[in-house]
Amino acid sequence: MFSYYLELAIRSLKRSPGLTALMVLAIGFGVAASMTSWSVFRAVSGDPIPWKSAKLFVPQIDMWGPSGRNADGSPPSAMDYTDALALMRDHRARLQSAMYQISPSVVPADAGKHPLNVGGHAVYSEFFPMLDAPFMYGSGWSATDDANRAQVVVIANKLNQKLFGGVDSVGKSVNIEGKDYRVVGVLKDWNPQPRYYDVVNSGGFSTGTDEVFLPFQTAVQADIFNDGNVNCNAVQAESGFIGLQHSTCAWIAFMVELDDAAAVTTYREYLNGYAHDQQAAGRFSWAPNNRLLDVPSWLESQHVVPSDTKVSLLVAFGLLLVCLVNTVGLLLAKFLRRSGEIGVRRALGAPRAAIYAQFLTEAGIIGASGGVLGVLLTGVGVTSVGWVLPRDIAALARVDVSLLVLTLLVAVIATTLAGLYPTYRASRVQPAWQLKSN
Amino acid sequence: MQWRLILHSLTRHRLTVLLLVVQVALTCAIVCNVVFMIASRSTQMRLPSGVAENQLVMIQSVDVGDNQHPLVRHDEDLAALRAITGVQSVAAVDALPFNENDWTSSINTSADSNQSGISVPASAYNGTPGELQTLGLHLLAGRDFLPDEYVPEDSAHGGLGLSRVPATIVTRALADKLFPGGNALGKSVYPWDAHPTRIVGIVDHLLRPHLHGAGANEDSMLFSMLPDDSSVTYVLRTAPQDRLRVLRDAKTVLTGLDHQRILRDAHTFVELRASFFHRDRTMIGMLIAAALALLAVTAVAIGGLASFWVQQRRKQIGIRRAIGATRGDILRYFQSENFLIVTLGIVIGMALAFVLNAMLMRFYELPHLPLYYLPIGALVLWGLGQLAVLGPALRASQVPPVVATRSV
Repeated sequence: MFSYYLELAIRSLKRSPGLTALMVLAIGFGVAASMTSWSVFRAVSGDPIPWKSAKLFVPQIDMWGPSGRNADGSPPSAMDYTDALALMRDHRARLQSAMYQISPSVVPADAGKHPLNVGGHAVYSEFFPMLDAPFMYGSGWSATDDANRAQVVVIANKLNQKLFGGVDSVGKSVNIEGKDYRVVGVLKDWNPQPRYYDVVNSGGFSTGTDEVFLPFQTAVQADIFNDGNVNCNAVQAESGFIGLQHSTCAWIAFMVELDDAAAVTTYREYLNGYAHDQQAAGRFSWAPNNRLLDVPSWLESQHVVPSDTKVSLLVAFGLLLVCLVNTVGLLLAKFLRRSGEIGVRRALGAPRAAIYAQFLTEAGIIGASGGVLGVLLTGVGVTSVGWVLPRDIAALARVDVSLLVLTLLVAVIATTLAGLYPTYRASRVQPAWQLKSN
Repeated sequence: MQWRLILHSLTRHRLTVLLLVVQVALTCAIVCNVVFMIASRSTQMRLPSGVAENQLVMIQSVDVGDNQHPLVRHDEDLAALRAITGVQSVAAVDALPFNENDWTSSINTSADSNQSGISVPASAYNGTPGELQTLGLHLLAGRDFLPDEYVPEDSAHGGLGLSRVPATIVTRALADKLFPGGNALGKSVYPWDAHPTRIVGIVDHLLRPHLHGAGANEDSMLFSMLPDDSSVTYVLRTAPQDRLRVLRDAKTVLTGLDHQRILRDAHTFVELRASFFHRDRTMIGMLIAAALALLAVTAVAIGGLASFWVQQRRKQIGIRRAIGATRGDILRYFQSENFLIVTLGIVIGMALAFVLNAMLMRFYELPHLPLYYLPIGALVLWGLGQLAVLGPALRASQVPPVVATRSV
């Protein structure tokens, strides 16, 4: 029976090929346009570490008081040296790391080569396991190395290529700002976007990669100064990097890993206790006002997702909506005309169910063809994104398969429903009545 | 009358007409907002920087290792750069419009921050003598800095030079904010505690290194402070056709003086502006494509439905022709029908446009949709509707009266 409906449907569609093509194109185009824009949107806002982002938290401590709070009453986005070190000393989370941005010069062993200016971060040993940083050779350093201010370094594959031609360089030495550091690990190409571990300095996105990671205390001792943003609410009393460490300026990013709700509560209580202690000691003259946000909320609160991509998502959604309304309108116009045909079939003995089946098949064919076209066009769209968009954005554009499936379902269901209504109306009327008219 | 006839006929296809109206309304609302976003974005992209954009090239030099005398080094570099043929003037600066190296500091009009003075956050530009001339800034009033007014920036102490600097040149925008009533020239401002700095000049435009939103983009000031950080940007002014050669020569000259240093970000000002706005350009492209696609889809829908209706009504058209309607009558019938549908869509669409704008304003810091967008949007959609319906309507007017006499 289905093949009969299929034949009927194809016959009917062939009768007005222009209109059919229009409906199929509208669906395909709507699906593809909305999905392509969405993939670009995702490129700049995607969760950088979806498997773990709900376990990673950014603590904020209100060290400046009411005068230094943001408009929404939240404390500064970064920490000062005193608080960052106190939190590291207390070590209350499973994993945690304070970090600051560095940009040291690396002098290649080969005398003929120019020194390189490389970006990186000074971090604690737990940074690597906490963020699941992928190692190509070796590993991160140990907590003992942190404590002993060991002269060790983790470099990125890119720097390893430049310095050592890409071979396993673990154990070799690198000259950074005039001192020698032993390579303990080489990272694979790892450049999470947004750079969620240090949003304050990258604004979320960074075109460069972090190529060198040094132990926090080692870097501080070697006077490798902070290359990131510094926010102060009071004038620095002393000069230089030492002055920055003694100041109340905010320049250190902090991240902790808390594995379950109980750990989050405990850590929140710990932060409040810490602020209370500072209040008791006279350092803070205000009640505790800390924040502990997980990575998605943190990115949201720091306005990392650029607003224009959200707008473009809205536009993309509008496009899909208009295309669907378009198709449904055309389909209705076509189907509502066919009461005569329905009358004939009913008079010849077809039950209502058969009429429904026939029309749903026809509408379904249009929906399905539109969907297939949509998938093809989405492929073309996302591929051509690479030619149209700048490399940094295009590199992140990927189709969201689950959303594509959802869009296809919406398109096909909307089209099929559009076939249902006229059939319902036509099949309610007495066949004889329809046969008489016209 | 024709209109009553049209209305009566439209009520026979209520659902189809309704969907077409919805589509026109959605298109109207979205396209109005999209065009508005494109317009505000491209206005932003065309903001005048205030500098002689097509005559400037720049290169950043980073010293490796401890240089005890950055000021001496800068003077040597500047002398060598000035000697390059075609270079009209040169300066060492710490910031430029669009280079994102933004040192924003609050400027007060009173020495005591507790007193009722005005305080405006503004971007500081520091440079060697000749910065004003090299950048090509247009001095509205006052003068350039005098040689004895220059002090080192003291970047080793986080820019402590600010507590000693005697003179500043501000933009007109900043001058008007600090001294709303009177003439800012000659007045003192307080960039650092109670240390007075005199406004010696006012320039008409100078954009900040970062954009800070409409109304704050030109809050910049120049200080008579010499950059003394290990990294500095050299700006060279030259004839537009010499820019690339001068840039190449500058690299050679600087490397010749010290091959250990790191040179980066060597480009023309035009390139700097282009790369600053590269994301906006992409966005504008995407928005234009989306708006055109929307209009095209709607036009095709109107045309498709109209031609379907013409085909469906061949017999009625024949009858009308047989009882005296002219071809023009039939043509006008379809055009009026389309006009009616589109008008209805526009009316709903305008309301929707404002709802959408209000929504976007709430979430994404967009400005108000100007009213004049609506009549323009209406005209575009009317034109689009009439164009889309013209083909089917002409076909309808060609239906011969004899069709009426034929049976189904």
